[in-house]
Amino acid sequence: MLRYTLNRVLLMIPTLIGVAVLVFFMLRVIPGDVVEVKLRGDGGAVSQETIEMERHRLGLDKPLIYQFKDWMVGLATLDLGTSMWTDRPVTEEIAIRLELSLQVAIMASFIAVLLAVPLGTTAALMRGTWIDYAVRIITIGGLSIPSFWFGMLIMITLLYLFNWLPPITFTPIYVDPLANLAQLVWPALAVGYRYCAVVARMIRSSLLEVLNEDYIRTARAKGVYEKLVISRHALRNALLPAITVIGIEFAFLIGGLVVTEQVFNLNGIGMLFVQSVSRNDFTLIQGMVMLIAAFYVAINLVVDLLYAVFDPRIRYT
Amino acid sequence: MSVAALPSAPTLPRRRSVVIDFMRQQPLGAISFVVIVVMMFAGVFSRLVAPYDPLDIDFASILGPPSWEHWGGTDAFGRDIFSRIIWGSRTALVIGFTSSLLGSSIGAILGITSAYFGGRIDDWIQRFVDILLAFPIIVLALVVVAALRKFVIGGIDVNLIYAIAIPIIPRVARVVRAAALSIRTMPYVDAARAAGYSNSRIIFRHMAPNVVAPYLIMFTAFIAQAILLEASLSFLGLGVTEPTPAWGLMLSGNAADFYREAPWMILFPGAAISLAVFAFNFFGDSLRDWLDPRLRS
Repeated sequence: MLRYTLNRVLLMIPTLIGVAVLVFFMLRVIPGDVVEVKLRGDGGAVSQETIEMERHRLGLDKPLIYQFKDWMVGLATLDLGTSMWTDRPVTEEIAIRLELSLQVAIMASFIAVLLAVPLGTTAALMRGTWIDYAVRIITIGGLSIPSFWFGMLIMITLLYLFNWLPPITFTPIYVDPLANLAQLVWPALAVGYRYCAVVARMIRSSLLEVLNEDYIRTARAKGVYEKLVISRHALRNALLPAITVIGIEFAFLIGGLVVTEQVFNLNGIGMLFVQSVSRNDFTLIQGMVMLIAAFYVAINLVVDLLYAVFDPRIRYT
Repeated sequence: MSVAALPSAPTLPRRRSVVIDFMRQQPLGAISFVVIVVMMFAGVFSRLVAPYDPLDIDFASILGPPSWEHWGGTDAFGRDIFSRIIWGSRTALVIGFTSSLLGSSIGAILGITSAYFGGRIDDWIQRFVDILLAFPIIVLALVVVAALRKFVIGGIDVNLIYAIAIPIIPRVARVVRAAALSIRTMPYVDAARAAGYSNSRIIFRHMAPNVVAPYLIMFTAFIAQAILLEASLSFLGLGVTEPTPAWGLMLSGNAADFYREAPWMILFPGAAISLAVFAFNFFGDSLRDWLDPRLRS
């Protein structure tokens, strides 16, 4: 098990280095940088000299190879640099927004998994009936309805039913738990729908596969109650592949947050990312991409290890 | 030797047409296909179908509710929402088709190459695929947007198409590689190699035709993803830009200021995105069930 874990951890490193190299060079394919957006964005007449000075200050006039060296050395020492727009450390910019996004993500996962398990299971057990079709439509709906539009629909509904909109200033959970939940449950719902749909579909298909296995027939043949066959024999095995999807989709929730935070006007990681892209804030984009990739790779590792814990066959091969 | 001694050819069961077979087995898939066809019709003949010019500003009818003159109401500039949705389907389809075609094709070629050569080439391609997979779809698309900015040819932002196509590549490559791996050991591939055909000929003429099924499924499914992604990027103000009519763009900016006064500004464009993406997703799903005999009962 230890060897397996070590092996997996070591495999993460080349992927992350690859991400670092890729994102650095991608952002520098075409000239043009933060300085122009910052100083000329409002149509102001700024002299070329001022622009050059600002470029020099940010180190953007150094040869590419030196900038690349700085970036890689910084990464090795876990220093992501400072934002080219705000001059504050990238890690600080991210840290102040992390709490909010993480909370929405965790709430969304709870909503998603709690709904997905019954949905996927009933669909599989009622295969071919109208219930199965209904679940299929609901889940494909989850893959099709854009989360930002779903968020807007939630807002319109709240407005018409209660004449109330979630406040735009963030209340941390330790300040006022109720106000916090009343504010964040809606964005969590908006991103959770898609998440739920993906997981429910996975559970349905893996349960259908498991139900064809010999050990299910054996269990039935020896007279085990159908309920127990499903809950103990089938569902346990079917949930295993679902873990992968739950993990990966959790890591990818940032994708949903990018648009949903915009709708609910939440100042989280997603909004920061969109801002940094529209400002060409290279250091911030790089830093966030690295963090997102590292998070994804780490979640993948956790999923693989969990898999090995639950399924001994993997451990020994 | 008499020909008459040969047994007469067995009468094969009459083959139903493929279309009817699909309709019978996947009725909802067929309905989605009809939706797709209607959308394509609206996209191709926008000029004829749309009752108004999508760019016509009419300050006399700002934020008008749905009516007989304006089926979808009007927006903050008095533009006809229904017409903008019809024109928007052109934008969505052009970007959806081209970026999915580009992404899926490059992905498929990478996948087949990876499976065919195996060994070190396979390792390198897979490493590259892994790196791209560590980005959530929209994050990778945004990075490409940040890197390339706008480059408009014929009213279409080509770099937006790249931004949407690139995240599709690794996902298709992975699936197609798995399918191609099982084909690689087939005798006809060995035969082709023994006959001295070049690698590229074997890849394109012998292997590619046999991964068409997964390719088609991925291609339709990723049209759905691409339309959704285009809508999201436009919504964020980083995709299609004004004045081009695009569904995501109709929801961005000040549309949210009119939740109370003009909810139709939100309802109809979002419904158009959802319906289009739903139709492609459902069609792709039905196609998979229909093409994959293992799933048939």
